[in-house]
Amino acid sequence: MRKNISIQHAVKRYGNSTVIHDLSLFVREGEFFTLLGPSGCGKTTLLRMIAGFNSIEGGDFFFNDTRINDMDPAKRNIGMVFQNYAIFPNLTVRKNIEFGLRNRKLPKEEVRAQAEKFMHLMHVDEYADRLPDRLSGGQQQRVALARALAITPDVLLMDEPLSNLDAKLRVEMRSVIKEIQNKVGITTVYVTHDQEEAMAVSDRIAVMNDGVIQHIGTPKNIYQRPANLFVATFIGRTNVLKGRLLAESGRTFIETHDGYRAEIRGVLSGYASDRDIVISVRPEEFRLKVDDGGDGISATIRDSVFLGLNTHYFVTLSTGEEAEIIQESSIDSIIEPGTRIRLTVNTEKVNIFSEDGSANLLAGVVNDNAMEA
Amino acid sequence: MKEKRRPDMWIAVSAVLFLLFLVFLIFPLFQIMKQSVIAEDGGFTLAQFRKFFSQKYYTNTISNSLKVTLAVTACSLLVGIPMSYFYSFYRLRLSKLVFTISILCCMSAPFLGAYSWILLLGRSGVITTFFRSSFGIDIGNIYGFGGILLVQTLKFFPLVFIYMNGAFRNIDNSLMEASANLGCTGLKRLFTVVLALVMPTVLAASLLVFMRAFADFGTPVVIGEGYMTFPVLIYREFVNENGADYGFASAISVIAIAVTALVFLAQKWATRKFSFSLNSLHPVEKKEAKGIGGFLMHAYCYLVCIIAFMPQVFIIYLSFRNTNAAGTIFVDGYSLCSYRAAMSRLLMRSMGNTVKLGLLALLFIIVIAIMISYLTVRRKNVLNDTIDTFSMIPYIMPGVVIGIALLTAFGHKPFKLTGTFTIMLLAVIIRRLPYTIRSATATLSQIPMSIEEASISLGASKLKTLTRITVPMMSSGILSGAILSWVAILTEVSSAIILYNNRSITMTISAYVAITRGNEGMAAAFAAILTVMTIISLLIYLKISKSEDIRL
Ligand SMILES: Nc1ncnc2c1ncn2[C@@H]1O[C@H](COP(=O)(O)OP(=O)(O)OP(=O)(O)O)[C@@H](O)[C@H]1O
Ligand SMILES: [Mg+2]
Repeated sequence: MRKNISIQHAVKRYGNSTVIHDLSLFVREGEFFTLLGPSGCGKTTLLRMIAGFNSIEGGDFFFNDTRINDMDPAKRNIGMVFQNYAIFPNLTVRKNIEFGLRNRKLPKEEVRAQAEKFMHLMHVDEYADRLPDRLSGGQQQRVALARALAITPDVLLMDEPLSNLDAKLRVEMRSVIKEIQNKVGITTVYVTHDQEEAMAVSDRIAVMNDGVIQHIGTPKNIYQRPANLFVATFIGRTNVLKGRLLAESGRTFIETHDGYRAEIRGVLSGYASDRDIVISVRPEEFRLKVDDGGDGISATIRDSVFLGLNTHYFVTLSTGEEAEIIQESSIDSIIEPGTRIRLTVNTEKVNIFSEDGSANLLAGVVNDNAMEA
Repeated sequence: MKEKRRPDMWIAVSAVLFLLFLVFLIFPLFQIMKQSVIAEDGGFTLAQFRKFFSQKYYTNTISNSLKVTLAVTACSLLVGIPMSYFYSFYRLRLSKLVFTISILCCMSAPFLGAYSWILLLGRSGVITTFFRSSFGIDIGNIYGFGGILLVQTLKFFPLVFIYMNGAFRNIDNSLMEASANLGCTGLKRLFTVVLALVMPTVLAASLLVFMRAFADFGTPVVIGEGYMTFPVLIYREFVNENGADYGFASAISVIAIAVTALVFLAQKWATRKFSFSLNSLHPVEKKEAKGIGGFLMHAYCYLVCIIAFMPQVFIIYLSFRNTNAAGTIFVDGYSLCSYRAAMSRLLMRSMGNTVKLGLLALLFIIVIAIMISYLTVRRKNVLNDTIDTFSMIPYIMPGVVIGIALLTAFGHKPFKLTGTFTIMLLAVIIRRLPYTIRSATATLSQIPMSIEEASISLGASKLKTLTRITVPMMSSGILSGAILSWVAILTEVSSAIILYNNRSITMTISAYVAITRGNEGMAAAFAAILTVMTIISLLIYLKISKSEDIRL
């Protein structure tokens, strides 16, 4: 059965150090939910609290309406996929996949049929009677996934399942995982610190830092309207410029320190007054032209990299700040280093944050974290 | 930093193990210490220690032991390191055989080599007599220091060989290439790079050899004659014809424990201080052993193996020789008369006892070792750390001392275990447990925790996870450890010599008794059977264990 997961005010301590202070989140049933954050932020810790392998120092964990804080890990009906696969090396592939089913004391034929079904689904049926040490990393990971899914768990937990694979296999396996999750429709919590991977597979992403959830939202929303400066810089690349917000007769403008000014819409009414701000401009949100004395931030090209579809420019602004710009490659020649240029920004896409970076001043942020807390 | 856990069956297991150790190890140890400082009238006294340190007769045994043990350690290194170097870096013909024979040599019964060498090089030894009668040359004899040195070196160099093989194997080829790239090759590289890299292992191996040789009782008692070593002294004092002096024997035991403990601590300290981790992704590729160098390498390895293995072959050969009617002298011709004599002297009983002792002890050792390794690896806490420390204590107790300690604690009412099978069983369990625990612990710490978590998240109970997943994964490590323990129990002398009586006699003791009584034929028969049993067990071991890293 599909279940939702609700975590309320979770606290985790290791000895005297508190890793998670007060964390709440809600995972909808059937959803592919990803915990994303820098190394050491507590993703594994949280996942293992759900699984029951870490003690819980405070708060409540629910699967639907059942509180699971004190439930034996063996009884939680969780499918788990580990970073190092954790395949039993003394059992064949088939025995590995049947292991959980046998613990259910199901009739023999049913165990076999169910195992066959998932071996087939994960395309590992041809290795069924091999010992796992003769399988490649990708194949082992498929077995691990089949084993976790075969017990028809209520939720599926995965801790960086792809990090032991090489880059190409990682891309291949992540679509396998996404596809299988879609097909089975199981509530899934996925841990990674690879933001591209998170974007590719998730229905929603929770961005964490230091044990605190920063933003929960769809990949699109997190990328386009990050809740705060940390999320903006952690997801994708962005240029951070200092500037001011100016309000004049109902219209709002951003102004950089060298005097470039542009109108911006959608500023939340509470913030629509003159104030210092931080402007986050993603590389593709700049427009670049050779300096013709017109409008824009003046800058000098330092270096450029031609990558086929796009060309990356690294520039120094007249304020001394550095920035990276991505332009679709044009048929003309690449702009030479040392060339003076003017930059304007796509004001529909840029984000502006309060001076300390803690809040996005624009409308359109959808942060389920704030809504449910 | 620890985590709270819900209480489970392991707490009970910890408690039971703790109690067992208290009763069967700490209590005897305590008894022996008590006996060494408590006078007849119940008062505290250091008289026993004063007696020991005031008489040259006693203190000499310590310097004797130290001298011969140091010499043995040095010689074992000298023999073992080159052999291991050739073995690890060159493709030798029959290398598997060289490896097998080394193991056979170091696992043979302790006094067997000594006895066999006496028959070869003793006063009326085959080689001695041959030289005397053919050339009129007196090549002397090997009793005393020289004999102990020869026999123990041939017995303990394989420890160095095996340890060093492990270390050489861990040297990454890139290190060799890097040093060649920096202009350091050949012998210079051997001394400046290779030996420096394996220095911690050399140190560990020498301390191991030192401890083994120091505690060895079988060799010096047979071949030492006037050159009395420390374990022999303890034994002599304990079975003194003029009435055993338990107080004094206890005092010497305490001194023996102190010496080995010192060496043990030095070893711990040294390994911690000097160890660095070598991790070899690309082991060094073995080179072809060509030309004159290759010939010399082969010759060296084969010669060492032949000399070391000769005693065992010789004993088997002798066991088929005719003897005089009393069985005291070998005469021309071949027959099974020695075996017949052995049959009449408790052969069947000793064999039965030996097998029973070995199997029962293994059963206990394996179960306890699995539990202790699980507790110390997966359930770290103060109680379990204490149990782990307790379980290591037998490392530093020479076998004779364990025998005496057990007798002191359980010899009288209400236990009255003297001469029983039970007390011998206790002794071998205590003696072998630390080794099996080490190998179980090493195996278990290689198994990632997530394997067990995977099992639990798939709905298996903790007990089921242990029996179905963890133990099977440990099994190859445990099994190979167990076979080695089995062999060690087959050949156990030093504690059994204190504890046995006619009903509980074992093969090794029967052989030993025959030797001391001068029943040469019977001794050869017992020894031959024992040797064959050992060889078969070890061959099975080598068949099963894939790794050459042997924890002896
Ligand atoms: N058993 C433990 N004892 C003490 N501290 C721990 C323990 N496990 C984790 N920590 C600490 O808790 C914090 C969070 O660790 P966690 O493993 O959850 O990070 P993570 O987000 O999974 O990082 P990564 O991406 O590197 O896997 C870290 O600071 C870590 O040092
Ligand atoms: Mg982690």
